[in-house]
Order: sequence, then structure tokens, then C-alpha cells
Amino acid sequence: MSTKLVPTPGQTVGPFYGYALPFEKDNELLPPGFPGSIRLQGTVYDGAGHTIPDAILEIWQPDADGKVVQRTGSLVRDGYTFTGWGRGAVGNSGVYTFTTVDPGPTKPGAAPFISVALFARGLTNRLFTRIYLPEDTEALANDPLLGSLDPERRNTLIARRDPDGGLTWDIRLQGEGETVFLDFQ
Amino acid sequence: MEDINAELESEELVPPAEPKAAHQPLDKAIESQADLSAEITAIGEAYRRALKDGGQPEIQPRLDYPPYRSSILRHPTKSLQHADPETIELYSPAFGHQDVHALESDLTIQHNGEPLGERIIVTGKVLDGDGRPVAGQLVEIWQANSSGRYIHKRDQHPAPIDPNFTGIGRCITGPDGSYRFITIKPGAYPWKNHLNAWRPAHIHFSLFGTEFTQRIITQMYFPGDQLFPLDPIYQTIVDQDARDRLVATYDHSITEPEWALGYNWDIVLTGPKRTWTENEAFGTAGDSIDEAGE
Repeated sequence: MSTKLVPTPGQTVGPFYGYALPFEKDNELLPPGFPGSIRLQGTVYDGAGHTIPDAILEIWQPDADGKVVQRTGSLVRDGYTFTGWGRGAVGNSGVYTFTTVDPGPTKPGAAPFISVALFARGLTNRLFTRIYLPEDTEALANDPLLGSLDPERRNTLIARRDPDGGLTWDIRLQGEGETVFLDFQ
Repeated sequence: MEDINAELESEELVPPAEPKAAHQPLDKAIESQADLSAEITAIGEAYRRALKDGGQPEIQPRLDYPPYRSSILRHPTKSLQHADPETIELYSPAFGHQDVHALESDLTIQHNGEPLGERIIVTGKVLDGDGRPVAGQLVEIWQANSSGRYIHKRDQHPAPIDPNFTGIGRCITGPDGSYRFITIKPGAYPWKNHLNAWRPAHIHFSLFGTEFTQRIITQMYFPGDQLFPLDPIYQTIVDQDARDRLVATYDHSITEPEWALGYNWDIVLTGPKRTWTENEAFGTAGDSIDEAGE
């Protein structure tokens, strides 16, 4: 009974998910303009520094109070319920955009972050990573993952705060400034 | 369903392509299948030697697999960083019948007429690493039609579009982790990785587990496909046993008389690390696990 089953391997999402995975308001965890909402945006780059037009991101995060929400309604949004999950395909310019809220810390003193799964043509399996908020330097300094990284690599996981209160966080799949991707096994 | 279809038709459904010189390959690539097959074979042999010398089986695709040309600039060059999943990563988003209508699992009834091709039933279970069913989670599929063409503006393969087939389905797993789709067997289709590159017939699957770390997108293939050894995407998984896990089994007990052939394909997610709550174990609809968060 203790035998572990071997996981099914992943495969690339390919180029033709465009009519299957995206859905209406998939990148709006909250409607734009909702009190407390922010824009989260960024660009996905390949190893040559070119933008990738066929990547798709999913984000999953606690609410502003740090609570893990377990509410249905991510695919058919009612405009009011925050479910914590969103999906956004990049446009032709490789830019993704979400409307969401700053995540809260799930434990006192913990550094809040948004969890990310990234898919793209040419990417043979999904990649996981995290988007940390830039502000709470003490929490960031105490974060176990960030603490395990060289300072230069660590910064790839920390978003910039925009003048409008939003967050900008780019993904580099390869090369200089390569984003840190995670293995949870 | 009507809303979905209306949106698809306005945004993604394209008119049939202008007739092309049908037998003139559009591929700019000059590399032949023989070139690519030699690369695939060399990588496979090196892997089998390493395995013989005590190497660990590779159960996931290689991120760096040069025969799949698009992966060359898109694979991370640094090792994945080990992380212990934290609170948010130990949960998955919740989906329920608010999100997915029961009819979305039948890809053959989304339009006014019957799609062309071989009607099939694809069914199986979504399990975690301990063999426990993953209940109440979202399964999404998409695929080409029976001619090997996607309803997608960037798919310009000169094969017919089927006006009665969109090729997208969704369902929520049952209490026993089971899913079931009725669809049409997809056709093989050409792509531009190299000259005369053809993908084996496949259905894309997107799955969630009980933790975000179990998120997976993969492809289900059909048994006995002659294109397996030639396909750089299928071969990104260098281990034969691991590759075999993506191939469905023809199952005559699933086949329905006078109607559809049946295939079984079980999917095992990674994990688990977190103890299930009672709500999740019995959350057949997903609707019942609202507010189950800590």
C-alpha cells in the first residue's frame, strides 16, 4: 500500500491553446478599478532577449489579509468574488497583465508572494516561480527561499512597485537575469 | 455553451484558408527528419548508457532538448531551485459546477451538426502519488479535429476546418477522481520544427491537484502511433517507461456498441505533501469546499 505511483510527465502547452485555456476576464481576479485592486504586469523574454508571444501564466495567491481563499468561480467570474486564481496569456508583445490585490502574509512576519505557473510553446514542462512584493525588507530578508539565493538571482523574484501602485515583474527564461524557477520535490 | 461558442466563433474561428499549392511544403527548415532522428537517437542512447551506469530514471521531460528547436532559447540554463512549498502553494484553486457545465465534457454536441471523424470516449482517473483520487478538480482538454487542424488563427495547415468541432472540453473530476470526455479522434498534423515534421495524434490535458505544486499540462497520445520515434516533443521525455505513461490504452469495455471506441488514461499527479481535509475528500462538486481554507 505504501508504493508510490510515478507521476505522469508533463508536455509543452504548444502554440494552439488560444481558444481553449483563455476565458473571459481570466486575468481579472478583481475588476479593474475595484477598491484596493492593483495592476500586475510584465514581459516574458527568451534567451535572445526577444519577447515571447505565446506564453501563458497562471497566478495563485492569498487575499489581502493573507487568507487562502477556497471559493469557486475563477472561470465564470461574478465580478465580486475574489478566488485568488487567474490566468493570462501574453499578447503579441509578450506582455501579461493581471488585476489583483497585494497578497497578505499567510503567517505573521512571512514575506507575501504570488505563486506563478508558466507555460509556453518550446517550454517542455511548466515552470513554477514566485513574485514577492518589494516593500517589507525585513520579511524579505527572513524568507527561506530568498535567503537561499545569491543577491543577483534573488532580485529576479521581487517585483518593482509602479508609480500607479501596481507591480511590474518580468520573466527571463534564459541568460542574463534568468528568473529563478522552483522545484518543490 | 452558446455564449462560449459565440465568443469562439467571433474571435478564433477562421474561415477556411485560401487554397494552397497543397503539396508544396511551407517549411523554411532545411533540416530533414533523418537529421532530427539522428539527434533523437543519440540523446536516447546516451540516456540508456547513463541508466545502465546507475543513473536515475528521468520521469519528466528534459527542459533542454535541442531536437525540439523552440526549446533552445526557452529552457532555463540554471538548475531549478529547491523550495519547500509554503501555505499558498499547499492549496489549489477551487473549481466547481459554477465554473464548468456538465455538457462541456462532450465535444461532439457543441454545434448544430455532428463532427466528422471517429467518435471516441476518453476516460480515466486523476490520482495523487499515493493512488488517492483527486476529486472536484478541473480537467481541461483541447485538440485538433479529425483532419489534424486546430480552430486557431495561427494554424494554417491546409486541412479542412470542421464547422461542427471546436476541440475544447472541460469537466470536474468526480468523487473517485474520474473524468470522462466524448470527442473525436484527432488527426496527426505537420509543424515546422524541421522539414516534414508531423506530430503524433494527441489531446492536450490541463490538470490541477490539491496543491498548486501539482499543476500539470501534458498530452495524451494514442497507442501504436508510428510517429512516436520521429517526434521531438514526445521524445523530450527520454525514458521509455515515462513516455509510455502518456499513451492511452484502448479498452473495449469502455467502447459503446454502435457508437464510440473507448480509451482509458489515468493521470498521476506529483505529491502529496498535505493531509486532505474531509471537505476535499468528499467535495464532489467543488462547490462544497467553499470556505475550506485555513
